[in-house]
Amino acid sequence: MNKTYVSHNNIISSLGFNSAAVVEKVASETTGLELVDDKTILPQPFYASVINKSKLNLAFAEISEDQNRYTRLEKMMLLSLADVVKQSKNTISDRTGLIISTTKGNIDVLENNSKFPKSKSYLSELATTVANFFNFKTQPIVVSNACVSGVLAIAIAKRYINEGVFDEVFIVSGDLVTQFILSGFNSFQALSTEMCKPYSDDRTGINIGEVAASILVTKDKNNLSNEACEIAGDSSCNDANHISGPSRTGEGLFRSAKVALKEAGVKASDIDYISAHGTATSFNDEMESIAFERLGMSHIPLNSLKGYFGHTLGASGLLETIVGMYSLNQNKLFTSLGFSVKGTSAPLNIITKNTSTSLNTFLKTASGFGGCNTAVVFKKFNNQ
Amino acid sequence: MVNKDFDIKAFAYFKDGKISLNGSVLYSSSETELPEILKDIYKKLETDYRKFFKMDVLSKVAFLTADMLLKSQNLASEENDIAVILSNNASSLDTDRNHQNTIADKDNYYPSPAVFVYTLANICIGEISIKYKLFSENSFFIFEAFNAQYLHAYANQLLISKKAKSVLCGWVNVDEEKYEAFLYLVNETNEKGNHTIAEINRLYNN
Repeated sequence: MNKTYVSHNNIISSLGFNSAAVVEKVASETTGLELVDDKTILPQPFYASVINKSKLNLAFAEISEDQNRYTRLEKMMLLSLADVVKQSKNTISDRTGLIISTTKGNIDVLENNSKFPKSKSYLSELATTVANFFNFKTQPIVVSNACVSGVLAIAIAKRYINEGVFDEVFIVSGDLVTQFILSGFNSFQALSTEMCKPYSDDRTGINIGEVAASILVTKDKNNLSNEACEIAGDSSCNDANHISGPSRTGEGLFRSAKVALKEAGVKASDIDYISAHGTATSFNDEMESIAFERLGMSHIPLNSLKGYFGHTLGASGLLETIVGMYSLNQNKLFTSLGFSVKGTSAPLNIITKNTSTSLNTFLKTASGFGGCNTAVVFKKFNNQ
Repeated sequence: MVNKDFDIKAFAYFKDGKISLNGSVLYSSSETELPEILKDIYKKLETDYRKFFKMDVLSKVAFLTADMLLKSQNLASEENDIAVILSNNASSLDTDRNHQNTIADKDNYYPSPAVFVYTLANICIGEISIKYKLFSENSFFIFEAFNAQYLHAYANQLLISKKAKSVLCGWVNVDEEKYEAFLYLVNETNEKGNHTIAEINRLYNN
């Protein structure tokens, strides 16, 4: 079977508008989270990573003159994907797929004061907007599978390429910091009033962030980006346990990682680094520690990037994969920002300072509502 | 890559107050309002499952259709390697609008976790997975309209790569008063070889 690769990529976030700039901020332990006091979003102040509106409009002006036609999320997504299309020097043909990964899309158009039609809340309409902007020839595919969407989208792209439907797939992912999301997570008492502290003893919940992230998935070995990786193995397994709480035994995550490792042809101990989910809720982080112990992976260096970006929902898995690709390329493990003292019953090897070391393989994991879990093994591409 | 086509083992519909399996209507409801239709069909299916009453409309429609189809399959009581790949047009918008109504007015602000958790389309897959102990592959896709080609290719790839032995596929859409479910079960066997795009479209349009 042909190999497939994740290649050219982009991140639009409060830490910068391209992947290299964002990763530089991560490497300097800079967080994009800040205290936001906006009563139109939530009655009380909250920590979030939010993209500056005028910076976004200024950057968007470089690719379109039509500022009023597009929503905030559409601008983020179009800007992100435009960078990847440009880098890849790819001609979009009838063999090119488009995957949109999002949980809520333009959900803010449901607000009473939105100037956009409510029809924009349909995810297929968001997909059509993106497809038309770049002149995609094939029907776009929207993946909306809770918090695993971003990394699941990579597995889905690989599967469609293996099935011969596409030669390459562009993925664009994104979600917003909205009243809808903040009020919902707050009703769950899952929001932290502080900066999030994944895996820590004193963790008190999540922060929400907004990001658009894009990537090219291709079977073509030529013209790959420097940080390109092979998608070596992937799997997505359900907990079959509870719709809003993770399995106490980490069953779905355990099974996902098992299958992904097997397909990649590597042992658990061959993984150099784990880019985990780490939302900083009590149950999620605890569940992950149990799953990784069952996998025999407790000793492998691990981080959560939520301390830099917050939880970026449908974009998080793709965003964190891109940072992981840079980690491998730079042979550098990035600090799990916000970690204080061990706070899970099973051991984890949390990365507490930036470390230079030889890296070849990493495991990306994510878990979400609906009991979903996804694990993907990535191998560094060395022009071998 | 040339593969013999896989088998569609069973298919099911739920629309216009009728729920049918492999082309035969099993139960119909004379109720006119959707919540009443759902309750009625639930009773007729004799699925004693209290969690049903907490579900949102999308999950109820998906759950009842899947329950009828999977019940007919003599499944193992322990666990079953059946992937669940669903799709629709309106995502979870029906429940999204309900959640938005709870937060639109600052003087009448009452967001609830019981509603919010259903503002994700894939929750209905979680509900089916819990009932039938499916620790398997799952994904929820949004398409403009029913897309047999994408569902067909994805199910094929899951079976070929041995990530599932069967795949429960389909379309489950709820949007205001409109609702519709069409599910079909694809098996890794190659006896009938009727898992083709043409056949999926034929079944959907019937």
